[in-house]
This record gives sequence, C-alpha cells and structure tokens, in this order.
Amino acid sequence: MSTSPSRLVDQLKGGLDAPICLTWELTYACNLECVHCLSSSGRRDPRELTTDEAKAVLDELHDLQVFYINIGGGEPMIRRDFFELLDYSISRGIGVKFSTNGAFIDAEKARRLAAMDYLDIQISLDGTDAVTNDAVRGDGSYDTAIRAMEHLRDAGFGEFKISVVVTRHNVDQLDEFKALADSFGAQLRITRLRPSGRGADSWHDLHPTNAQQLQIYEWLLAHGDNVLTGDSFFHLNALGEEPLPGLNMCGAGRVVCLIDPIGDVYACPFVIHDEFKAGSVRELGGFSHVWKHSELFAELREPQSAGACASCGSYDACQGGCMAAKFFVGIPLDGPDPECVSGHGEAAMLAASAADRPRPMMDHSKPVRVASPARVPVTLSRR
Amino acid sequence: MPVSLLEQHLELHAQVALRPEPFGALAYHYGNRKLIFLKHPDVVRVVRALDGRTTLADTLRACGIAERRWPSFEAAINALTESEMLHEHEPVTTG
Repeated sequence: MSTSPSRLVDQLKGGLDAPICLTWELTYACNLECVHCLSSSGRRDPRELTTDEAKAVLDELHDLQVFYINIGGGEPMIRRDFFELLDYSISRGIGVKFSTNGAFIDAEKARRLAAMDYLDIQISLDGTDAVTNDAVRGDGSYDTAIRAMEHLRDAGFGEFKISVVVTRHNVDQLDEFKALADSFGAQLRITRLRPSGRGADSWHDLHPTNAQQLQIYEWLLAHGDNVLTGDSFFHLNALGEEPLPGLNMCGAGRVVCLIDPIGDVYACPFVIHDEFKAGSVRELGGFSHVWKHSELFAELREPQSAGACASCGSYDACQGGCMAAKFFVGIPLDGPDPECVSGHGEAAMLAASAADRPRPMMDHSKPVRVASPARVPVTLSRR
Repeated sequence: MPVSLLEQHLELHAQVALRPEPFGALAYHYGNRKLIFLKHPDVVRVVRALDGRTTLADTLRACGIAERRWPSFEAAINALTESEMLHEHEPVTTG
C-alpha cells in the first residue's frame, strides 16, 4: 500500500458511504413534453411511490446523512403531496433543491416557498426568448417560466436558479441567460444535453456543434466561477490546458445516483435503463442496501478502463466523457464520448449500428396523434 | 491586530454537519450550502475536538498532532473558517 494519501478524486471514484448528490424524480407526470426530456416524462406511472413510501425513503436518507436531495420529475409540483414531502424532508435535516418548469408557482405558492429554509429552486429555461425556448419546451413554456420567476422575486424568495440545457440553438444566448439571471438576482446553471430519454431522438439535431463546444468551454473559463454546471462539461477539458472548475469525473454510482418515481435506483439521472438499474428502494434493505451492495455500483466503483481512448493524450483531461452519452448513441462504454472534442466520437457513432443503440426503457411520453398520409388522420388517444 | 489562527478559539457552526467517510469526512453547511472534504481522519478528529474554549494550538496538541504537521492542519482549518463552517467563539457578554 502506498504511503502517500491518494488523491481525493481517486477516493471519490471508489465510492462514498452515501451519495452526495442524489436526484429523486418524484413523478413521471408532466404538464410539458420537452423534446429532450431525460426521463421521457408525461404520464404518471400508477406504481409511483406513495406518500408513506416516500417518507420512509427520506427517513433512510436522514440516517445516511444525505445533506440534500435534488428533486425533479416530470414536474414534481404536480404531486398532491409535494409540499408535504418538502416539509418532511426539511424537517429531517435534508435540504431540497427542486427543478420545476414553474407552471405551479403562483403568488401564493411563491410566498409559501419563500418562507421555507434549506430550499433551492431551479426553474428550467432553454432560451432567452419564447421562440428559442418554446421550440424545445413547448408553446407558452417561456412565459410560464418567466412568470414563476417574477412570483419568486416578488415573494422575496432570494437567489433561485435558472437551469439551462445548452443546445445548438441557445448557445449564443449564454451572455443573455447570465444577464437574465442577474436581473432576477438568480444564479445561472447550465448543463450538458444528453441523448437520454426523449433526448435520444432530438439529440442529433440539438447538441452543440464542435465549434460551439469550444465556445462553451471558453465561456465557462471566463464565467465558470459564478455559474453552476453540475460538473457536466468535463469532456470539454481536453480543449485546453486549463480545466473547468469541478471534480472532473463521472460520479455515477460513486457520488451520484437517481431514485425514479417508482423507487428504482439508477446510477445517474441520465441512464434510466435496465443496464444501469441497481435495485429498488422497495426491496428488502431499502435504498441503503442498493447503494452499498448493488453489483452494478460495485462495478462502477472499480477503476475504469480507458479502452479505445487509452492511447489518446487527452484521456486524463476528459476521462473518456459521459457514460450515458455513449450508451444511448451505441458507443461502447470504454469508447470515446460522442462529443469527443478531438472528433473520435463521430467515427465511433458511425461504427455503431442502429442495433447498438438501446431504446429508453421507461417511456412515459404522452400518446401522440399519428397522421397517416394516405388516409384520414387517426387519433390514437386524447388531444 | 488579527489573532493568528493557532491562537483562535474556534468552534463548529451550529448549521454544519460532519458525515464520516473512508477518507475522512464531508462537512456540509446548511446555511450557505457549502460542501468541504476533510481529507484525513486526523483533521476530522481535530475539528470535532474544537469546542470554542481552547485554542487551535492547544487542541492540536491535545489531539497528539506533531508540530511539523501543523501547517497542513492550519490550511485545512483555514478553508473551514473561510467557508464559515468554523468560527471564533464569541464569549457571552453581560450588561
């Protein structure tokens, strides 16, 4: 055994006793149908955890000393027990940061939220104008989000967050997003688009171009200290000498995990697929057992092979990129990231056949109207 | 004149929680949401021993930390004071 203390990152790669960053999607139900939804949300799953089951999970997280959780969905505020669970979590010493599209934040709810401690709110917004935003998030969603921000500001909530998924179409608006956040006294958070969920279909049209990746990297170097990223852009570190702020590692199953609305535990929010399912909070031993003993998590905590990237001089900088991004475009997990800044991802995607590309497994998208060109349009379901 | 860190009577902020980990501990401040890694079990031991009554130097001594190691402890403690996880004990004033 080495006498020198191993680097913190190496320790984190070996896994922690409990997650630092736990995301909990409370429901698959959503009022929106964003084209890049990482959880393919839309309809509620009838197997959704009950209020009592959710509280039991919170009790466990309290015992594990999970300091805070990231709540999402779907649209988490759709759940009737949303405020009850919020209150319960905070009363158990678990801070909450929740992501919302803002549709259910009116003046009264904003005041209620402003009165709570240990609460952060992230309003999702993917464009600084309605045209750019609504193309991804749906008609009216820009106005809805801005209205929610105004309610939070008027209620004196303080520093909420504006959360942006960076796409080909909004990358030129980064300065405007920052200005918008500043105007609300809010903090900007930008994250990477992954081909997860419905993103599997929209990613190819939405993900930033190579030139735009450099633009993001340079923008983050200039502004990164005041902007949150969830460490999601570490694949860009191969672009220069200076690393972006953050741990520069994939935290899946090591410091990060996801609990989905029916209690299934996945390695990260971007891999809702059987291959990355570690277990369920409904099984004997609950969440703790899954976190500590799942075979999948044990594997992810082993040193990972650099595989096809082993001979590349940038591997230490980019770490091979994002597991979820590779998986859903059919690239082997030890292959390059599809957005590899040296261009190795494109070749790897070409080498992958359609059969290599897994379909998202928990699709809760609302049924769509399908028009048959030769006949009268047939409505498959409501709307 | 500012008092050197070693002479300060430090204590953990009431809103800070320590979570033991294989490498040491995680410190989380519920007030400002900062998260800090305490990267050695000895640092955790010292932080837990700070009670606002004895100086940092005395606490290091009481925890059996050799003086040649103090600079690295000062650096770790300094990071905790800068993030407001540790603060100087304020004596209760009367009158």
